Amino acid sequence: MRLASVDAAALAVGLRPGMPLADARAQLGELVVVPHDPVADQDWLDRLAQGCARYTPLVALDAPDGLILDIAGAEHLFGGEAGLVADVENRFARLGMTLRPALGPTADAARALARYQARPAPDEAQAIRRLPVAALELDAEATTALVRAGLKTIGDLASRPMANLAARFGADAAMALRRMLGDAPSPLDPRTRPPPVAAERRFAEPLGSTAHAAKILAELVGEAIGTLAERGKGGRHFRATFFRSDGLARSIAIETGHPTRDAGLVMRLFAERMDSLADPLDPGFGFDMIRLTVPRIEALGASQLRLEGGAVKEAAIDELADRLATRLGRGRVRKFRPADTHIPEQALLELPAIDAPPPLPWQAPEPGEPPTRPFHLFDPPQPIEVIAEVPDGPPQRFRWRRAFHAVRRYEGPERIAAEWWRRRDNGGLTRDYYRVEDVQGRRFWLFRHGLYDEKPDPRWYIHGVFA
Amino acid sequence: MRESSHPLAGLRQRIARIAADGGFESRPAAGWLASGHAPFDNALGGGLATGRTHEFFAADALDATSAAAFAALLALRTPGKAPLIWLRTVDAGRRAGHIYAPGIAELGGDPDRLLLVEAADPKMLLACANDAVRCAGSAAVIVESWGKFPLLDLTAGRRLALGARDAGTTLLMLRLNAAPAPSVAETRWSVTAAASRALEANAPGAPAFDLELLRWRGGAAGARWRLDWNHDEQNFGQGAGDAALSGALLPLPARRALAAHGAEAA
Repeated sequence: MRLASVDAAALAVGLRPGMPLADARAQLGELVVVPHDPVADQDWLDRLAQGCARYTPLVALDAPDGLILDIAGAEHLFGGEAGLVADVENRFARLGMTLRPALGPTADAARALARYQARPAPDEAQAIRRLPVAALELDAEATTALVRAGLKTIGDLASRPMANLAARFGADAAMALRRMLGDAPSPLDPRTRPPPVAAERRFAEPLGSTAHAAKILAELVGEAIGTLAERGKGGRHFRATFFRSDGLARSIAIETGHPTRDAGLVMRLFAERMDSLADPLDPGFGFDMIRLTVPRIEALGASQLRLEGGAVKEAAIDELADRLATRLGRGRVRKFRPADTHIPEQALLELPAIDAPPPLPWQAPEPGEPPTRPFHLFDPPQPIEVIAEVPDGPPQRFRWRRAFHAVRRYEGPERIAAEWWRRRDNGGLTRDYYRVEDVQGRRFWLFRHGLYDEKPDPRWYIHGVFA
Repeated sequence: MRESSHPLAGLRQRIARIAADGGFESRPAAGWLASGHAPFDNALGGGLATGRTHEFFAADALDATSAAAFAALLALRTPGKAPLIWLRTVDAGRRAGHIYAPGIAELGGDPDRLLLVEAADPKMLLACANDAVRCAGSAAVIVESWGKFPLLDLTAGRRLALGARDAGTTLLMLRLNAAPAPSVAETRWSVTAAASRALEANAPGAPAFDLELLRWRGGAAGARWRLDWNHDEQNFGQGAGDAALSGALLPLPARRALAAHGAEAA
């Protein structure tokens, strides 16, 4: 076992990451060790990144322990670069985090400065030129070769012709150098894309009450809906982010089945969501900023109420579906769509009502024929015990859920085989379905799983119940 | 005494006022969910009144499908595209079976009209039902429960019924595997499967239902019907009515099962 990471105090007494645990314990008896949990680290980094969305919407993760913020055009809101860095340091210190901030002209340069800068420099350009060649993060062999050649810093490399570097170490090395120097773009991969519509409110004094926060949210919804109306759009997805003064943030999202500009509806859905949270919204030391974003918008023309009120009723049902989906989860409110297959349990799709595709035609019933598919289907089918007159004949008696049923009428078999293009080596068993009615008038859908030449002793199952 | 009699008189007046305009019978129904079978509809004055609560009991778990299908077909045979909101709990699929839309399509219903809502537990089911009945514009709201439903007491039932009446929503309560109990419903039914009219080669025929009217606020209870579903004409009709079948009209075993279940519950 080795140390994955050490804190500042441990670093001061000479412990280093990668050191065997036994050596570290020998050096420092009172060492406190916790198991390394990379998933929790990732989760924490993600939460910190969410909190950093207060500075700029463009926040990228630099796993396992870095965050890159594109603050172009945003730093003046915090009193310049120095003010912004001080604010970040201040908030992270409250969370017990130490950081190594660095500012650079490009994302790659800033990242390299944060991770590799050893000596102070008079300005940014000088600082980059004084970085060690390891900052390019080439493979170990290439780095060693560069150092052996006497090229110890980025500045040394930059003063040579780029073509030689590319010839000796490949185009990637040249590209990494150009990115570092700002000659080539180093695009950021932000954690979330900037939303098309956003509204936010910052507070000089943090808000301690959730009710007050909800009131502010209602104002923000009003603003966002005004923006949507100007553009002739409606929102499908609304997300409220509550930034706590300690640097963390909590997001609450709602979805609607149709684009909407109804502020009352959006607020009702938010209220519904907040009521159904297992882990309620906790203001902690107070919220100092609330942001509402509308990540998904769709065209929505101006609507007019119909005199006979038809549209209003449809809207009422849509709103009910949205509200129930917000309360129960989007997968719990479903619509049915047919699937093009003859395997009974796969012929039906149950899709969230909130974004179900347009309806498709269903298999029309045969005139004058009784239904061949049951009203209720068991998935998976339930095993039954069957007595048949001849082995591959229809069932005569069967036992299901500890009760015997004597078959009075039957029809079948309807033979349904596995789809040949789905099964390997022509395997998969054929099912023989029987529609049977027992003496009490109940109609069942039974099948024998496998023909007698496919399987020596095929089992029987009940797959559904007819009306 | 004069001090106390004054508020008492006020309360009496209030009760009289509530009874005058808020009673169930005081307002005529806006419409009916008709079965399409004339004797059945005439006996009930047009069918099941819309904007009211109707209960369908399947005392035997094996009749769950019959009760569910009868309620669904009654609601889906109304013309138009108004959705049928079906609320059930997540474990209903394991007990009664998943609602199989191709089967509904084969019965002539339009599965696109179905909006399925699955609540985690009976408490949530009741809360969602309260929202669903207050939403106008649905063909009907079906609330499916399995076994005893202690949360649905008279207060909860009355709240649902009032909500349905105010919004004009028809509420169909499916009480599967449950014994009939007093409630505020307009009608209460016991549904069992009936033997179908055999087709060629003794094949099972069209869906058939045995219905018993256990309670009706508007008239006498106790009547029994046997209805066959005709999916071509989208209505219920009397079975062909040959002698053997009308003999089967009185399903003795089902009655015995019902009594046995009642004794078990008590």
